[in-house]
Amino acid sequence: MTEGPAVEVPAVEVPALEVSHLDVTYRVREQDRLALRDVSFTIGRGESYGLVGESGSGKSTVALALVRYLPRNGRTSAGTISIRGQDVSALGSAGLRDLRAHTVSMVYQEPTKALNPALRVGRQVAEAFSIGGMGRDAATSAAEDMLRKVQISDPGRVMRRYPHELSGGMAQRVIIAMALAPNPSLLILDEPTTALDATVEAEVLDLIAGLRSSFDTSILFISHNLAVVAKMCDRVGVLYAGEMVEEGPAAQVFAEPRHPYTVGLLRCIPRRGQRKDQGRLDTIPGYLPSPGHSLSGCVFAPRCALVIDECKAAEPPLFILEGSTADSLRKSRCYRHEEASSLPRAEPIVAEVATIDAKDEPVLVVEGLSKTFAGGVRALTGVDLSVRRGETLGLVGESGSGKTTLARVLLGLTTADAGGVVALNGAPLAPDVRRRPRSVLRSLQIVFQNPDTALNRRHSVRSLIGRPLTRLAGLSGEAKRERLAELLASVRLEERHLSLRPAQLSGGLKQRVAIARAFGGGPAMVVCDEPTSALDVSVQAAILNLLADLQAAERTTYVFISHDLGLVRYLSDRIVVLYLGRVMEIGSAEAVFAGPHHPYTEALLSAVPAIDGMHPERIKLTGEIPSAASPPSGCVFHTRCPRRLSTGMCESTEPPLLEGEPGHQIRCHIPIDDLRKIPAPSLGGSQ
Amino acid sequence: MSDVTAEVTVSVPLAASAVPGRWRLLLRRPTFLAGAAIVLFWVVCAVFGSHFAPDSPLAQQLLLTNTAPSGAHWFGTDSLGRDVLSRVIVGSRDILVITPLATLLGTVLGTALGLAMGYFGGAFDLIVSRFVEALLALPAVILAFLFIVALGPSTTTLIIVIGLIFTPLIARTVRSSVLTERHLDYLASARLLGEKPLRIMFVEILPNVLPSILVEFTVRLGYAIFTVASLSFLGFGVQPPTPDWGADIAYGNQNAALQSGYWWQMLFPALAIASLVIAINLITDSIEQVLSS
Repeated sequence: MTEGPAVEVPAVEVPALEVSHLDVTYRVREQDRLALRDVSFTIGRGESYGLVGESGSGKSTVALALVRYLPRNGRTSAGTISIRGQDVSALGSAGLRDLRAHTVSMVYQEPTKALNPALRVGRQVAEAFSIGGMGRDAATSAAEDMLRKVQISDPGRVMRRYPHELSGGMAQRVIIAMALAPNPSLLILDEPTTALDATVEAEVLDLIAGLRSSFDTSILFISHNLAVVAKMCDRVGVLYAGEMVEEGPAAQVFAEPRHPYTVGLLRCIPRRGQRKDQGRLDTIPGYLPSPGHSLSGCVFAPRCALVIDECKAAEPPLFILEGSTADSLRKSRCYRHEEASSLPRAEPIVAEVATIDAKDEPVLVVEGLSKTFAGGVRALTGVDLSVRRGETLGLVGESGSGKTTLARVLLGLTTADAGGVVALNGAPLAPDVRRRPRSVLRSLQIVFQNPDTALNRRHSVRSLIGRPLTRLAGLSGEAKRERLAELLASVRLEERHLSLRPAQLSGGLKQRVAIARAFGGGPAMVVCDEPTSALDVSVQAAILNLLADLQAAERTTYVFISHDLGLVRYLSDRIVVLYLGRVMEIGSAEAVFAGPHHPYTEALLSAVPAIDGMHPERIKLTGEIPSAASPPSGCVFHTRCPRRLSTGMCESTEPPLLEGEPGHQIRCHIPIDDLRKIPAPSLGGSQ
Repeated sequence: MSDVTAEVTVSVPLAASAVPGRWRLLLRRPTFLAGAAIVLFWVVCAVFGSHFAPDSPLAQQLLLTNTAPSGAHWFGTDSLGRDVLSRVIVGSRDILVITPLATLLGTVLGTALGLAMGYFGGAFDLIVSRFVEALLALPAVILAFLFIVALGPSTTTLIIVIGLIFTPLIARTVRSSVLTERHLDYLASARLLGEKPLRIMFVEILPNVLPSILVEFTVRLGYAIFTVASLSFLGFGVQPPTPDWGADIAYGNQNAALQSGYWWQMLFPALAIASLVIAINLITDSIEQVLSS
């Protein structure tokens, strides 16, 4: 490592965190498995460092090892961790408690699970202060101050509440307040916004960024979301199979990755407004080696298209890249880091898409659909839409917007209020799935979000895929066997998977089984309810490609539900924006993304962080989604709308869906010409 | 490119044989092995006991009544001069026929009822649940007692009565397991294939609640042993002179064995009951722990 001449370096500063040559092993079934291998990184005072990687990369293990919170079967088998110059492994139990109480704080993924459900919020936040030795009254008032600092406008009221009375975003603010209570020198954030909606995520990220300047805290930010890390971090380390494969300043790593894994990972994500007809997403072939793998050579070699003999012979060191300076060191664990960006694609670029014929009658027509749950919760109100053959209709909106209820009503799993119509190929459907004939069942299927619960864990893949062929396609014997083999090939599963149970498959393979099930009867329409949100980025790309291929081959119609606007844009031909069960905007994908926008769409779009680091000025939503049991009067969005009219019209009357360009409708009182004048927020640094 | 994909297919991660591994784990638990050994011992006694028991359990030696444990009679003799050891060995037979069959009957009926309650819910569940709760308010022995007094004691009656008494208890456990499955998407998926309720209950849900049914079966088996022994003790179970642990304790009690110092006449049958119940509980605990790990 080359360091600048001593004269230029200011007084040697003790870094907030220094991890060197860290190995962590887990003992599983009486065998030691290496989960982290030779991981080294340093976080300077006040610096924000991002750790990215897919599941199984070991990023959470790093966080646990830092505060010696590893599960009982895990241990730090080599290397050192020092926090502010203090060797963590040398601490006794008192020292460790002191470290956790005063020096390091952690924020986890699920804010509501991190709070004690039986205690009022105020008491829990105050406790974080009283551990530091504060008296009861002092701790309570300090808690109130801290809650104000995390932008909770009425801390007194929030402190009297129980955790279940808080929304996810509010709970995460409370957790952050507790984490900041001791003014820690290191704040570890482990997927802090993964469980939150995009608009709430954006708020929390803004909050963290804002707090960084007022607290002297270094941040370790762990996330699978590259864009979030790009937005939040100065430097970033990429973990793969327990090894640091690339490290450097965040902007440089994402703009010009120098390890084939990082290159591949970035290509898996639809960026710059990429759409399915512009080319397939690239994927990373193969699978993560299982923990405790005994590969000689580079861990990524089995999946790398740039692999040479040298890679298999010996583990590459972390090369320091040429041209990197002492204060912006770039490292890559690849012999061919110079040519990493020339990684050949794993997928052909050319994409085929289904033809959509504007003259076709719509496959699905929904008219005046409403759904009121017990207790007066209006999940859907007067939804009208139609979808043509081969078309993908994207459904977007925050949680609570009614996306999933709409999907379940279409499928007949939830019965809509009387009066609404769901018609397939012109024929109205029975509201209850049990009353729908087989021909309807086979034409309308779903791919659920989580294959772990959508597949019966006690059934084999053979029966999971075979059953729809019997039930829906009415096949048996040789015909069924043939179709099964065909279906298996079309979702890229293999014969040997047939005898396995879901638990023996990886997440991506499980989702393929679920897709094969949906396609077994040759459906006219498939609802995809967040089909990739439980999957890793590289697996997600393969599943999206598969969905696009199946659509192109069969001209299947999709209703695609996702909270990820990048994915919706990639796959959808038309998009519906839902808010509190109402259609706020509907139009072609280009029109919805290019504008003019409904103010809610505008807020959703501007909340999405971009990998490329171009962060448009966000329009911020204030407050939280109102309860669907008592929706606001007039325009349901007026309570959070940043562009609310001063005339009072938004509060009093519900705006109609108005058509600007043909096929593009917006539910807003603001004239479309005025909306058009608002500059469009760009998604993923597009246009 | 192609060689990359070729290698990939070799390295598909498989969570190596997750299911059989669990049962192998069971064999590694000393508590399970101890429990299984005791149960196995009594099963051997029940099946072959009459061949290797030192004496006939019915043979009366009126000159050797109430003799204390000795080299000739390890467990002593009772007031009719019958060998207590032989009676304990052969006495395992009826209880080991009645209890598993009764528990099995209760488990099968209870599973069916519990599946239906959990799956259909609504008014059906509400009514049956109240009925079950009413039954739960009465101790099992008292209920069984009532039926057997009315029907007269026989092995078949005991099996049916205990099985029926266990049915609502098991149904309740199965129902609550079904309720945790009910909202899972695989059931929605089955409904989207147009599956009928019977198939959804028995082919989709049942395999997933089987582990908790297995635990419930072993728990109930322990209770069943107590129930049968209690009924025999009260004179409504296995009838004298057939050797039976509960009946033998009662017989000793009638003859004031303890007051007269003939403790062996009651202690050994009691220990036999205790060993079997404890063994079954050891097995239950191990199964529960292995299933939850």
